[in-house]
Amino acid sequence: MNPSQNSIIIRLAGDSGDGVQLIGEELTITAALSGKEVRTLPDFPAEIRAPQGTVSGVSGFQLAMASEALFTAGETLDVLVALNPAALKKALPYLKPGGLLILNEDSQSTKDWSKAGIAEDDVPDMLEHYQVIHVPLVSETIKALEDVDVSTTEAKKAKNFYVLGLALWLFELDTSHALNFIKQKFKSKPEIQKGNQKALQAGYNYGLTLELQKQDFILHNMPRAEGDYRQITGVDAVAMALATLATETKTRVLVSGYPITPASAVLHAAAPLNDFGVELIQAEDEIASIGAALGAAYGGALALTCTSGPGLDLKTEMMGLAVVAELPLVILDVQRAGASTGLPTKTGQSDLNQALFGRHGEAPMPVLAATSPADCFETILQAFSIAVKAMTPVIVLMDAYLANAAEPWRIPDINTLEMPDIQYHTDEKPYARNEHLARSWNTPGKAGFIHQLGGLEKAGVMGEISYEADNHAEMVSLRAEKVLKVSDDYAPLSIEGDKEAEVLLVSWGSTYGSIQAARATLDIPVAHVHLKHVWPLPPDLEGTVKAYKRVLVLELNTGHLCTLMRAQYLVDAKSIGVCTGQPFTTTALVSAIQKEVEHV
Amino acid sequence: MSKPLTKADFTNEREVRWCPGCGDYAILAALQKTLPKLGLPPEKHVFISGIGCSGRLPYYMNAYGFHTLHGRAPTVATGLKAMRDDLCVWLITGDGDGLSIGTNHLVHMLRRNMDINIILVNNQVYGLTKGQYSPTSPKGMVTKTSPDGVAVDALNPMMLALASGASFAARGVDKDPKHLGELIEASFHHQGTSFLEIYQDCHIFNPGAFDAFSTKSNREQHVDYLNDAPNDLSRAMELSQLTFPEHPVPLGIFYREAREGFKLENNGHKKRADLETLLRAKASFKVEA
Repeated sequence: MNPSQNSIIIRLAGDSGDGVQLIGEELTITAALSGKEVRTLPDFPAEIRAPQGTVSGVSGFQLAMASEALFTAGETLDVLVALNPAALKKALPYLKPGGLLILNEDSQSTKDWSKAGIAEDDVPDMLEHYQVIHVPLVSETIKALEDVDVSTTEAKKAKNFYVLGLALWLFELDTSHALNFIKQKFKSKPEIQKGNQKALQAGYNYGLTLELQKQDFILHNMPRAEGDYRQITGVDAVAMALATLATETKTRVLVSGYPITPASAVLHAAAPLNDFGVELIQAEDEIASIGAALGAAYGGALALTCTSGPGLDLKTEMMGLAVVAELPLVILDVQRAGASTGLPTKTGQSDLNQALFGRHGEAPMPVLAATSPADCFETILQAFSIAVKAMTPVIVLMDAYLANAAEPWRIPDINTLEMPDIQYHTDEKPYARNEHLARSWNTPGKAGFIHQLGGLEKAGVMGEISYEADNHAEMVSLRAEKVLKVSDDYAPLSIEGDKEAEVLLVSWGSTYGSIQAARATLDIPVAHVHLKHVWPLPPDLEGTVKAYKRVLVLELNTGHLCTLMRAQYLVDAKSIGVCTGQPFTTTALVSAIQKEVEHV
Repeated sequence: MSKPLTKADFTNEREVRWCPGCGDYAILAALQKTLPKLGLPPEKHVFISGIGCSGRLPYYMNAYGFHTLHGRAPTVATGLKAMRDDLCVWLITGDGDGLSIGTNHLVHMLRRNMDINIILVNNQVYGLTKGQYSPTSPKGMVTKTSPDGVAVDALNPMMLALASGASFAARGVDKDPKHLGELIEASFHHQGTSFLEIYQDCHIFNPGAFDAFSTKSNREQHVDYLNDAPNDLSRAMELSQLTFPEHPVPLGIFYREAREGFKLENNGHKKRADLETLLRAKASFKVEA
């Protein structure tokens, strides 16, 4: 461990049934409560329970803690806890030389090594460069639970809390939050509650017996602005935004979806919010879920349909109808790596082209992209404000990383939040325009406002069906202009880093943190502009881009935004695109930027 | 209401543009004549349709209307009804729209049993796209896409509806508008999804397909008017398999049962203070100045 380092990265890895995600979250919350900056990234297999002990079944949870601002969950591990050889095999390449490796001694039989595809003879060489601690995890846990009335199988299950205890000791974190969590979570099962608490305490005490220099793992606390905070994932931030919208606008909110990884988590998070006015339809398919959302919007509700890549394909026809019917609707796409089924649990930004262009005819829609887990809250609020103001469907892009990653969120003062300005029946002529070029939201049920909507081309003002050539041309440009006007409300772009540099980095969506981390280690000066609004592009982007000698566009795809910028601005922007299913790593980003800059 | 509603209240000034002789005219007229009897003003009725000749019907009703996508009208109707239980929602579909591209949605709409009235206009052919065979075209029927005759058996809409859990299933014909009006009225009064199949004459691409039993002179001999509707699924299934010319054609209500449907309740009673608590519910901490 480098003593000058102000952050520590730990990964907990085990079988997908080992409870690794659970203790990862509790460790994170404890660290955040103690005043550390934290970022997390879970990594679980696509299969719910892949064969035990195999590499494909490994579930991991990565936590970065720091005494200063952090931007990502990091990439090089300082500490790895591997509960079996498969977890070791999968995660060891990320552990830095000299790093601390905690292994489960009870899972090191010949059979265990062979299941992971490791030759037992190679193990000493494998572990040579690390500081290794072998913990007899299962036997120690069973021993700790001797006087608790649980079966051996149940006792074994408590081993994750033993690991949590050990980790708390390592980072000098207080056990009280975790003990309280166990108390709450298992309150209906007193013996399990007692067993887990004992396991946690035993893990902590085991640490005390270790001869380990742990100064390296103790961080100072970081100064934080006054206020209430919570740990929040992107998915939770979406749910909180929906509850806020329903409560504050007193308008019913419908969430409609069909199970798909990783977007299903949004349905799970929305389901308990019924008392706040958030209602849920699990539809028969992706098309039905956007159809129901559009029907709800027609009826005057705030409607959101959520999906991931393959589902977005299926929803496209209905988006076109929403464009022509001019109804407000939010389509949330939690991107995952494709094409086709691709890597369902892995991240990427490869749906951008589809979000921008993936509809037949001329069907422009605003596209927003959340920039961090906590920013998903603000992004959803904004998406609805835009949808209602411009009477248009809006796409919000998240991704698998944003959905699951967590960070501390300063809970906003609700009074300061901007809510959609919802007004119905402002004009009895259904296709008359206001100053934003939007039409009136004429929901059914009101006398004097009867009209017929549909996907056929509309004549202006009265919305009659029209096959006229000139009218079609006018309506095509009117719908495009209406969407472009959305950018009138954008805040000015903020240029970060060295504004006087020759190099400008441009990025969007979930990569904000990774790029900030890369900037901090780059030894060449760069300016950086990060977009939340991908369509329409910010009006000041063109001038910004043209003020720099070199423009590099960084995306987790093959250069979608880069192509768009080149087409829009005729600039010689270069793409740095990565499609690994993972967020950018700092090392790879830094070297790619350096290579691009030096290779004039 | 001050003045009783009339047909004129449900009629607009648009020129109706179906082909001359199309059975849809009779269906439109039956709706416009029946709706005034139901007591709800025009603005409380919403007609949602898919794509096809039947899909144009909402444009000709003086009521709210939404002409949606091919096969997808049930999805839009579901979302609307879920949010707006105060509205009377009518779903207008056809044999191509509802039984081919949109079958999945039709099945799930019947299963969900929300209070929506389905009118499935069955002319056994794709009319708007100019004469291809549909899922209900009889085996052997020659069309533009089946020059040697349709190779497979037709789908039976009534059996499908019953098997999907329809809580109300009925059949009428365009050429008996009085009876049709009664069925429309019964559909309206049924609590739950009502399924009304209407045999309709496509005068251009499948002319006279039902005339052998549907015209006034043939009805007496070849139609079996069902005058009771017991809650008996086996009987309804049997009736649904009686086909012409081997049997007279059953018209009327095949099946009716009282069954609770899917509903979303507006339970949003939480206030600002509850929201403040919700935001802090999970892993929150305070940082003091």
